[in-house]
Amino acid sequence: MQTADTLNAYRKELREALENKFQKTALDNFAVAYREGRAKNFAGIDRAELIRQIASAKDAAMGQMDELYARFKQAAEAAGATVHLADSDSAANAIIARIAEENACQKIVKAKSMTAEETLLNHFLENKGYEVIETDLGEWIIQLRKEGPSHMVMPAIHLSRNEVSRLFTEVTGKSQDTDIEQLVKVARRELRQRFVQADMGISGANFAIAETGTLGLVTNEGNARLVTTLPRVHVALVGLDKLMPSLHEALQILKGLPRNATGQAMTSYVTWITGATPSAAAPDGQKQMHIVFLDNGRSALARDPVFSEALRCVRCGACANVCPIYRMVGGQTYGHIYIGAIGLILTYFFHGKNRDKNLVQNCLNCQACKDVCVAGIDLPRLIKEVHTLIQEDGRKPVLNALAVPVIKNRRLFHGLLRTGRYAQAPVTGGAPYMRHLPHALVKEHAFKALPALSKKPFRDRWNPAPHSPPHPEYRVALFSGCLQDFVYPEQLEAGLRLFTGKNIRIDFPYAQGCCGLPLYMLGERAAAAEVAEYNISHMDPAEYDFILTFCASCASHMRENYPFLLKTASGRRVKAAQFAQKIIDFSSFADFLLDASDAGRPEKPIKAAYHAPCHLCRGIGVTEAPRKLLQNAGYDYVPHGEEETCCGLGGTYSFKFPEISAEILNKKLAAVSATGAEILATDCPGCVMQLRGGAAKQNLSLRVLHVAEALADARKSFGRF
Amino acid sequence: MSQLALIEKFTEKARAVSTEVQVVDTIEAAYDYAVTICRDKAACQILSSGCEFPLSDPAEELCGLKQWERLMAAPDLGEDAISALTPRCGDAGIGLIDRGLHAYTGGIDVGLTTATAGIADTGSLVLNCTSEDLRLATMISEVHIAILRAADIYPDTDALASLLSESLSARPGYTAFITGPSRTADIERVLSLGVHGPLALHVLILKEDT
Repeated sequence: MQTADTLNAYRKELREALENKFQKTALDNFAVAYREGRAKNFAGIDRAELIRQIASAKDAAMGQMDELYARFKQAAEAAGATVHLADSDSAANAIIARIAEENACQKIVKAKSMTAEETLLNHFLENKGYEVIETDLGEWIIQLRKEGPSHMVMPAIHLSRNEVSRLFTEVTGKSQDTDIEQLVKVARRELRQRFVQADMGISGANFAIAETGTLGLVTNEGNARLVTTLPRVHVALVGLDKLMPSLHEALQILKGLPRNATGQAMTSYVTWITGATPSAAAPDGQKQMHIVFLDNGRSALARDPVFSEALRCVRCGACANVCPIYRMVGGQTYGHIYIGAIGLILTYFFHGKNRDKNLVQNCLNCQACKDVCVAGIDLPRLIKEVHTLIQEDGRKPVLNALAVPVIKNRRLFHGLLRTGRYAQAPVTGGAPYMRHLPHALVKEHAFKALPALSKKPFRDRWNPAPHSPPHPEYRVALFSGCLQDFVYPEQLEAGLRLFTGKNIRIDFPYAQGCCGLPLYMLGERAAAAEVAEYNISHMDPAEYDFILTFCASCASHMRENYPFLLKTASGRRVKAAQFAQKIIDFSSFADFLLDASDAGRPEKPIKAAYHAPCHLCRGIGVTEAPRKLLQNAGYDYVPHGEEETCCGLGGTYSFKFPEISAEILNKKLAAVSATGAEILATDCPGCVMQLRGGAAKQNLSLRVLHVAEALADARKSFGRF
Repeated sequence: MSQLALIEKFTEKARAVSTEVQVVDTIEAAYDYAVTICRDKAACQILSSGCEFPLSDPAEELCGLKQWERLMAAPDLGEDAISALTPRCGDAGIGLIDRGLHAYTGGIDVGLTTATAGIADTGSLVLNCTSEDLRLATMISEVHIAILRAADIYPDTDALASLLSESLSARPGYTAFITGPSRTADIERVLSLGVHGPLALHVLILKEDT
């Protein structure tokens, strides 16, 4: 449970988490195993179609939440249950305590429920003198340790068998072995007697089916069945977002939930409960069943045009499984109660901005969560949107105050970048890297060498003549992005050389500014929208067939976010959609335009590894073109397991969280080094900056190149293209 | 999908999640199977699983509550089945109960039940178990043996939709999909079977008609 008050305190906790060797290894193994298992889990299933179905079922249910609740209540009560509606977390807790009191319950067993974690139900009941025992093995372990869950599905993934053994020794008063099988059996017997003695069982639910008043529970251990069967009273705490019209929608979700969560086609137990069943423990042979629905902002969320998407979440936990940050630091620091990407969003609404203000910044925008989400939630965007809300509410960080007015004003920004070249002279000594960083930055940012600004930006070097044929087949606008304009103009020039002689006209509209992604990353949505509007008005999509950029981040931001940022601006939003449609990245364009003249395999092929920029492979879905180009260029392309893992830059992220950025970078470079590659090619100048800086710092004999540079090199070496 | 193909698919998928699957020709063969499993179960130890390890005093006490050396529960099979099972259990020294399972939470060796349906696609059983005794037989037994009639195997949940809708509409109703034995991976992601429910699940596919 993450509760740090300041960003510095939070960073201190993150540094400590990075020191936790057991956790890091455990999560790393898990990340790799999960990634490898995923393809198999969805074999024979049209995943995109399933995601669409789940998203639309959830969206439709949200739109009729009140009606579904009324229908559910009517059906469940007809089957002998009592249905309650709690507006807030404290109201839900109070209702449950009252049920316990009215039924003279003292001992309570609980099945795992994130909703009960959300309301801190255990603490509430324990403070009232009730004995509450978690019975899911992982939940029991963390309850005994007085911790919060570190994963939504595997709450004790951060603990070792040794820690569990010590804990069980303490709990049983008998010395325990460290054998996992044996520890599980000890838990079985310790918890069995708790089930037998309990007066009340509390569960959550994965589905609440309005048509029949049925609860659906998806579990593996079987504890939820015992919790809902043995005690004489059953209380289910259920978020209003779990309401579904009929079994049909629940079965659709059930096709995706276990596959995405644990790689199972079906969990061991899926339980459907309609009303109050017979109970031998009850004096009248009839179970008392209460279903408490929790609103806590859900009904308002359901009506929000942007954030309603967050309610699609089915709590599979996959957004943590694929998150490169979670993989490094674990759930105790990567969530307040809800863990992972969805946690960064829900924390704001359920637990408040103070609990989320640091967390929400801890996102690389790498899109891995969006890609894995079985409900099709655009998690990275919602994280940015929450970040924006939090910024608007409070005092903005210094970085925002400095960056916003500059980036918004193209002339000022570019003017500063030009003067920056002179100011940097003392720290670079003329080398292409900054030799001496300002003292305050040295310690944390020393993991990579930072590049120096180019002597002459691309805009001053641009020569349109070779790209202005009289009757061009295509008209192309080049969007350079700041990094290639001012730091790496040679990347653009290398690519443009490949296009010389083709019958295309390339314009470089001088008025273009920053794409605006850094502003959006800082939670400055309004400023990002202004910049989007500015660029579109200076690069009319109607005049071009393609808007070409060599920067995957600019491409992804302009294609995915411009239409969103301008969606309420009448007229502009049409232009934004047209603009977005015409965006193309370098590799796709080169693949489209260049013929690989197959000159056979070069005599001495050079081993080349590839780094897939997040914003290319997931942002705009381009995966084949760059790999194909490298092979066609004559390189010996060597794949590696971390190709599609983020490099750790995340724009301003690496300045805010340098320690994590460094760890992610090191993992990437280690995987690349293991291939024996001489060249590491990628499609984004930001990734080049991060990877090249890291390789230089580690003295690796690895040349990090933009794909454009790698292809231009190959033309020289192997005579391709 | 032909019945044979359904049986094959069910068997493949169920075995993949640690379910033991056998095809039997007669109901008597199913009874014999259950009695043999119960008689031979952990021949060297009569304790409930976990009771051999160091436990807290209250947990030890519950272990002590197990009254028979061997106990089988068959709560929903009907009088004919009980008549057929009684001599078999008697010969093997096994206690047989068909009600009041709530009093046996210390441990039941084998729970013998009939599945409502099977789902070939995932190797799952569907059990309508609104009766608490039936539910407990599938939960607190260390080995759960379910008889599944071959004709009740459906390709997937979609094919089962109408039957399931009916089950869910029962007031009250408690329906379970059971796919393999109880499992956890909560400690170091190491898979362990039998954390709360059965340690083993056997499915006897009854293929009487062919």
